[in-house]
Amino acid sequence: MHPPTIWTRLHLRRYVRSGWPWRAALYLLSSAVLGLITLLTLVLLAVAGSVLTVVVVGLPLLLVLVLTGVPLASVERSRLRLIDSEPLTDPHREPDRTGLTAWLRTRLQERATWRELGYAVLFGFLLWPLEALVVGSVLLVCGGLLATPVMLAVDGEEARVLKMWIVDSWPGALSAALAGLLLMPVLAYPLGAIAAGRAALTRFLLASPTGELNSKIKELGRSRVRLVDAFEAERRRIERDLHDGAQQRLVALSMTLGLARLDAADGPLGPLLAKAQDEAATALVEIRELIRGIHPQVLTDRGLVAAVEDLADRSTIPVDVDLDLPVRPAEAIETAVYFAVSEALANVAKHSGASRAVVRGGLENGQLAVEVEDDGHGGADTGRGTGLQGVADRVSVLDGRLLVSSPPGGPTLFRLLVPCSTP
Amino acid sequence: MLRIVLAEDSVLLREGLVGLMERFGHRVVAAVGSADELTEAVAAHGPDIVVTDVRMPPGFSDEGLRAAIALRRCRPGLPILVLSQYIQRSYAEDLLDSSDGTGVGYLLKERIGHVEEFVDAVHRVAEGGTVVDPEVVRQLIRHRRDPLARLTAREQEVLALMAEGKSNASIAAAMVVSEGTVSKHFGSILTKLDLSLDDTTNRRVLAVLAYLRGRPGVDTA
Repeated sequence: MHPPTIWTRLHLRRYVRSGWPWRAALYLLSSAVLGLITLLTLVLLAVAGSVLTVVVVGLPLLLVLVLTGVPLASVERSRLRLIDSEPLTDPHREPDRTGLTAWLRTRLQERATWRELGYAVLFGFLLWPLEALVVGSVLLVCGGLLATPVMLAVDGEEARVLKMWIVDSWPGALSAALAGLLLMPVLAYPLGAIAAGRAALTRFLLASPTGELNSKIKELGRSRVRLVDAFEAERRRIERDLHDGAQQRLVALSMTLGLARLDAADGPLGPLLAKAQDEAATALVEIRELIRGIHPQVLTDRGLVAAVEDLADRSTIPVDVDLDLPVRPAEAIETAVYFAVSEALANVAKHSGASRAVVRGGLENGQLAVEVEDDGHGGADTGRGTGLQGVADRVSVLDGRLLVSSPPGGPTLFRLLVPCSTP
Repeated sequence: MLRIVLAEDSVLLREGLVGLMERFGHRVVAAVGSADELTEAVAAHGPDIVVTDVRMPPGFSDEGLRAAIALRRCRPGLPILVLSQYIQRSYAEDLLDSSDGTGVGYLLKERIGHVEEFVDAVHRVAEGGTVVDPEVVRQLIRHRRDPLARLTAREQEVLALMAEGKSNASIAAAMVVSEGTVSKHFGSILTKLDLSLDDTTNRRVLAVLAYLRGRPGVDTA
């Protein structure tokens, strides 16, 4: 459904009786006020800026002049809501950093800022006088005719209608008022049309062009990559903390307990110490598995092939690995593919009923292609469960794709494709 | 008494290990915290054995392991025991590949807790033995299909214990069988792995290597 604008309302019979002509009048009237303010601001800033440039303080004033369009456009966008209920989106970007300098740099680099300055100049020097003329004439003609009886009553002898005709009788004054009353709905149409045209012009000049939209999409993509990177860095930090902290302490604890057992081998403490040491050993095994799930060291040290071979080693069903990578891909790619293969193999082990699986892959036309195939009964679904969806999301951040073919009866084939430029 | 160079970046563990070794009458001639210092310390002291961590400064990746392998390249036969937090076949393989796999060990750090076994492992490595952590071996047993698939469960168990560097007598004790049975299993392992039965001194190591690399018939020359 299209939201109502004054243009669509103009075609309706009840337009005249609705509030829309008044909205149009208010829109044009406020234009006149705002336009005058804009004109004064522009002229003052330009004159003061130019004159004071000699003593340097003029430069910031000129900078403010350049930015005049920004607040004006913001007011214009909200004022437009008077006669057009579809909001205009703000084309400006959030600055990357806080602070005035970052804000200024961002604004000055945006095309929107300069478009808005252009709009301010056009508005201040050309548009508002025209609008004031239109709305002024309508109000003056209707108001003047309607006020004739009042003026006659005040003067007592005669009244000048619109400064042109002299009326000195009550029937004359009343018919002038009647003419004013009849003229009102007639003039409501040009008023509405002009306001609609003006709104269209504002929309055209101040709407965010596609270029800005594209840059927003790019920025979104970049922020998604940053999010994943931050997530990855955090995983690594946790892994490091566990390795350097808890793991080492537990080893030291186990060693101390071992030494204590030497001294208390035959004493009453012996069995208790042995039990404590077993607990420490269990905790170490658990931490080791935890760390491997967070970020396996072998992936960092030896790369994707060794890490996938390690996954295959640990799988509960036999897995053959046939990966051929002449060079190591970027770290983000290695990590994403590793966790994708890990998830795929976990699925194979848990749900597929397969007796064996194979991981194969290599570089194909600048893409890293990795497949995981099993001989199970199929029926895997990316939509079901969060695991595969998570893999697909993670790979898509790198502009990669996850394709799953898993017909009922099997076999299931996961195919990962990730763009991967080789040096 | 063994003269030991110890490399471990965690001060807590380093001090603990020094104390442990001294308690058993060995001398830690240098205890360092980075791979570079390790190389220098070995050059300066010429130890009987090097005990090193895998992950160390500056990069906190596998510097310790790489330093150990580089040391073996310069000084073939230098006994090295690597302590690791990871059950990682590729790490163990690299170590075993360095100068014929004798006098090397790859143990998980938690083995240190079993103090006597640990000191025993240090001894065996120093004497040219091969010690591979049972966890690493176990993982390999599970998934190395060829040629290991041909081994029976019992034979796999013998091989695993052998990979830990145990003698026939201690394997027999661990499995609660006679020493003769262990020899019989060992003979059958060698046959199944296509290892020649001539009197090469390191058939045990070769069997373990064959097994770790997942391929039969390691060159016995």
